[in-house]
Amino acid sequence: MLKIGNYQFKSRLLLGTGKYENYHLQKKAVEVSETEVLTFAVRRMNIFDADQPNFLEMIDVDQYTLLPNTAGAKNAEEAVRIAKLAKASGLCDMIKVEVIGDQKTLLPDPIETYKASETLLEEGFIVLPYISDDVILAKRLQELGVHAVMPGASPIGSGQGILNPMNLQFIIEQATVPVIVDAGVGTPSDAAQAMELGADGVLLNTAVSGAKDPVKMSLAMKSAIEAGRLGYEAGRIPKKEYAVASSPTEGLSTVES
Amino acid sequence: MTLTINGNAMDVPETVSSVSDLITHLELGSKRLVVEVNQEIIDKSMHAEQQLTNGDRVEIVHFVGGG
Repeated sequence: MLKIGNYQFKSRLLLGTGKYENYHLQKKAVEVSETEVLTFAVRRMNIFDADQPNFLEMIDVDQYTLLPNTAGAKNAEEAVRIAKLAKASGLCDMIKVEVIGDQKTLLPDPIETYKASETLLEEGFIVLPYISDDVILAKRLQELGVHAVMPGASPIGSGQGILNPMNLQFIIEQATVPVIVDAGVGTPSDAAQAMELGADGVLLNTAVSGAKDPVKMSLAMKSAIEAGRLGYEAGRIPKKEYAVASSPTEGLSTVES
Repeated sequence: MTLTINGNAMDVPETVSSVSDLITHLELGSKRLVVEVNQEIIDKSMHAEQQLTNGDRVEIVHFVGGG
């Protein structure tokens, strides 16, 4: 079970809801993923075209825990405002703190993320900050009281996978809260690798929504995350430099000459 | 009166005096949304009571797809 704050989830896959080709595909992808947590962004409503469909209207909201993000915020103040708007929907009390510090790399601003997390904890939110794979920042945030840390594998939407598995491992080793690998996952093997390293979950979006067949990729990600978790729990064998035979070396039947 | 709604100036009829009235006027009654007036979030339970005055800045936001 993945426990975040008061929440418990059977699934360790958290799924983003952005950039799907259509809602029909998205709904199927969400279903087969068996995810229990869906992320959303908060934006102005187009009041002149309010009849345009919204994905939230397509799903049974009670079946999911909503994890809105503060995407678009450039500082702590903006992130706190977006978080409060999200909570006022009455649909959720979790927030993915996302404060982008640079538009080209979309890397998070650690200082503003820390400040926003501090304020939102005081306000009673379940706080999940999206951070770089910075070991000390993860430590400082968990000391602050955040409910999970979400280090990126590589830049958002880049699909480059886990660029620094060692940092991720250090974060996981010292973690006292769940570690959700968020951003940069491109393939099922990336997701499995994160889970094998001991991550508690994976949050991804583009890897599924941008795949040629998002429904199939969603299923692949679900399977990879389950496989990776099982592998982590089972405990891998140590790596050795040279071969070690799997078959007995004794009792070999040979033709004497 | 004139309100600034999501950054755009908009004239609303005399019948609109509260946040609830505005939501009805914009035909957004069935939508899941959050309203902010002059940078203060108006809880859903307060929509009927919250009066609007000329020049108010109203933000109407909702959840959209995002990662």
